[in-house]
Amino acid sequence: MSGHNSHDVLRRDPRAEWIARNRLHPLHGTVASNEAAEVRGPSGLLRKNPHQVGFVGPNGIKRIDRLKGNAAATGKGRRSGAAKDVQLPLHTVENPDFYVVVVPDMVGGRLTGHDKDVIGQAHKLVAGIEGNGAVLAVCFGQSKEEHFDTAGVDRLLLLDDAIYEGYCPEQRLAALVQVEAGYHPQYWLFPDSVNGGSDLGSRLAARINERPVVQAWQVDNHKSVCRGAGGTVDITRDTPRLLMLAEECADQIDETRHEALSLELPVVPVVISQLQDKGQVAVDPNAISLAEAEFILSAGNGIRNWDQFHEAASVLGATEGASRVAVDDGFMPRFRQVGATGTWVTARVYLAVGISGAIQHMQGIGQCDKVIAINTDAGCDMVKRAALSVIGDSEEILGELIERVQEFRAQPSAGGDQDAA
Amino acid sequence: MQPNQLANKLKIVSLVSVGKHPQSGRVRRADQDSRAVELGMKLASDNLIVLHAGDPQEQALRSYAGMGLKSIQVLEMDPAADAVMPLGEHLQQSGAEIVLTGVRAESGESSGMVPYQLAEKLGWPIVPRVADIVSIEAGIAEVLQALPRGQRRSVKVRLPFIASVDSAAQDARQSAFGPASRAVMEVEVVSAATDAVRQSWEEAPARKRPKRLKVVKAKTAAERFKAATAKSQGDGGKVMKNESAAEQAQAILELLKEEGVLR
Ligand SMILES: Cc1cc2nc3c(=O)[nH]c(=O)nc-3n(C[C@H](O)[C@H](O)[C@H](O)COP(=O)(O)OP(=O)(O)OC[C@H]3O[C@@H](n4cnc5c(N)ncnc54)[C@H](O)[C@@H]3O)c2cc1C
Repeated sequence: MSGHNSHDVLRRDPRAEWIARNRLHPLHGTVASNEAAEVRGPSGLLRKNPHQVGFVGPNGIKRIDRLKGNAAATGKGRRSGAAKDVQLPLHTVENPDFYVVVVPDMVGGRLTGHDKDVIGQAHKLVAGIEGNGAVLAVCFGQSKEEHFDTAGVDRLLLLDDAIYEGYCPEQRLAALVQVEAGYHPQYWLFPDSVNGGSDLGSRLAARINERPVVQAWQVDNHKSVCRGAGGTVDITRDTPRLLMLAEECADQIDETRHEALSLELPVVPVVISQLQDKGQVAVDPNAISLAEAEFILSAGNGIRNWDQFHEAASVLGATEGASRVAVDDGFMPRFRQVGATGTWVTARVYLAVGISGAIQHMQGIGQCDKVIAINTDAGCDMVKRAALSVIGDSEEILGELIERVQEFRAQPSAGGDQDAA
Repeated sequence: MQPNQLANKLKIVSLVSVGKHPQSGRVRRADQDSRAVELGMKLASDNLIVLHAGDPQEQALRSYAGMGLKSIQVLEMDPAADAVMPLGEHLQQSGAEIVLTGVRAESGESSGMVPYQLAEKLGWPIVPRVADIVSIEAGIAEVLQALPRGQRRSVKVRLPFIASVDSAAQDARQSAFGPASRAVMEVEVVSAATDAVRQSWEEAPARKRPKRLKVVKAKTAAERFKAATAKSQGDGGKVMKNESAAEQAQAILELLKEEGVLR
C-alpha cells in the first residue's frame, strides 16, 4: 500500500523553492531555468506560472504565442527584418496593345516628383482602356535614375546620344515625332513644368496639330479638369490625346514594380537646329533668392573663419545660407537663415558646414535632395540626414575644398578629362 | 549697350492680349504681354508694332498704349474666335522679324499655345521664356532664356523668330493716361473661324485643389505606429571619419561634380 503510494508522493525541496522565488539569489538562474510554465501543485492542481510563458520579442517586449507555434511563416520576430527588403509584385505587360507615352523632365538625370505623378496618371489612363497597355517613358539625356521600375515605367526609351544633350528642343521634337509614327501612342503626357516639359509638349502639340490640355489636374479617359485664365477658372473638357499635367495630378505608383524594358527607336533624323545653345550664363548666386537657389553652402555654429566661408561660397558658386545661431551671433544677415523661422529652401545640393541639425533647421531643408555635412560630431542629426558626411574640422576641410575647386576650374573644361582632377 | 542702332531698322512686333487681375478679376494689361511690349520698346524704340486680335474698343488696350505707343494695330474679330490664323497671315504679310508674346495669357484658355502655333505656321524657330534679348548682329540674335531657380541660358537664333517673354524680363513701365487716350487704334477687320471645340467646355471658378495626404499603407498596428512616430531620416549616407581632410574634400568635390552644380 505504501509502495503503491510512494509513486504519488511529491517530494518538495523547500530550499530550491526558496531560491526559485528569490530572484536575487546567486543560484536563481540554475533553478528557475528548469522550471516549467505548468507544474502540478502539491495538491495535484495544475499551476501555471505566468512569468514563464512566452518569450521576449525583438523589441524587448514579452510576447505570448497563443497559437503554440502554429502561426505560419511569420516566425518569432522575423517581421521587422523581412519588411525592409520586401519585393513589390511585378507588373508585366507582354506584347502591349497600345502605349501611353510619358516624357519626363529628368531634372539632373533623375525622375522628379512631378514626373512620377505623371507616370501615376498614365497608369490610370491605361486602366481605363480595354486591352493591355504599357506606359512608355521617353527620356532624353544622360540618366542617373535607378528606380524606373518602382516609379511605374513598363517600357523605357532612353535617348542619351550626344545630340540630345543640352538645350535642343528641335532635335527632341524630331525624336518624339518618330515615336508618334512608330508607336501611335494612345495618350501623350507631359509634366506641365518650367523644366522643359511644357516647352516640349507645346512643340509636339503644334507639330501633330493636337489641342492639348494644360495645367490639367483631374483627368480620366473622358473628361479633364484644367486650370485656365491664369489659374482662376477650372475648365472641364473632353480629354484630348496630348496632356500637360499639373503637379500632384495623380498618386504615384508605390505598390507595384514594373519591367522598365528598354526599347529602341529606328533612326531619328538629325535636325539642323535653329536654336544654338550657348550654355548657361553665370549669375551672381547671392542674387538668387534662397528659396529658389539650387546649391546652398550653409554655415552654422561650427564656423570660426568667416572670411574663408565667404570665399568658399564664391569659389563654389553657391548661394550662402546660415543656421539661426550664425544669424543671431551677427555673422550672417537674417534673410540668409534657413529653417522653421527662416527660409524653406528647395536646393538640390545643400552643403551644411558646422550645423548640428536641430529640428527647426531640418524643417527648412526637408525638400533638399542631396545633403552634405561637414561636422566634428559624427553623431549629430545632420550626419544622419546627409548623403555624404565628412567628420573633421570645418576650416581645414573648406580650405582643401577651395583649393581643389580652384584647381578643377583652372584646367581646360574639356568634358572628357575631368576625371583627371 | 543697347542694340538700338541695328534694331531700329528691324521690324519687331509685340502681340498683346487682354489681361485679368488675379485677385479682383478686373481687366488690365497682361503682365507678361506688357513686358513683351517693354522689351520691344527697348529694342526698337519708336518702330515697335503692337498688335492685338480682338475687340478694338477693349479698355485694356489703352493701358498698353499708355506706355508711350503712338498706335496699336487691331485685327478686329470676335474675341472668342481663334486668333492664330489671322495673326499668322498678318505677320507673314507684314514681314516681321521678331515677334514677342507672353508665355501664357491671363484670360481664356491660357494654354500658351499661340506662339508655338504661330511658329509652326510660319516655320520660324521659337524661343520660350525669354528674359532679355542681348544683341542682334548680322541677322543673329543672342537671347537670354529664364530657367527655373533664377538661372539664365544664352541661346543664339537666326531672325526671324518668335519669343515668349517670361515674368523674369524687365518690368513694364508705368502706363500714363495722356498717351493712352491719344493713341490711335488702326483697325483692320478680319474673319476668324469660331472656336467650335470650346463651345462644349464647362467653366467654373477655380476650386481649391485638395492637398495630397500622406497615406500610410501599413498592414499592422505596429507598422502604423512606427510610421506615425518615426523620425524622418535618410537611410544613412556615407560617413567619412578617418580619412584625411584632403581625401574628404575630394569626395565632396566628386559629389558636387556628379550633381552638376559646379559651373
Ligand atoms: C522657436 C525656434 C525656432 C528656431 N528656428 C530656427 C531656424 O529657423 N533655423 C535654424 O537654423 N535654427 C532655428 N532654431 C534654433 C535651433 O534650435 C538650433 O539652436 C540651431 O539650429 C543650432 O544651430 P547650429 O547647428 O549652427 O549650432 P550648434 O547646435 O551649436 O551646432 C554646431 C555644430 O557644429 C559642429 N562644429 C563645431 N565646431 C566645428 C568645427 N570646427 N568644424 C566642424 N564642425 C564643428 C558641432 O559638432 C555641432 O554639430 C530655432 C529654435 C527655436 C526655439
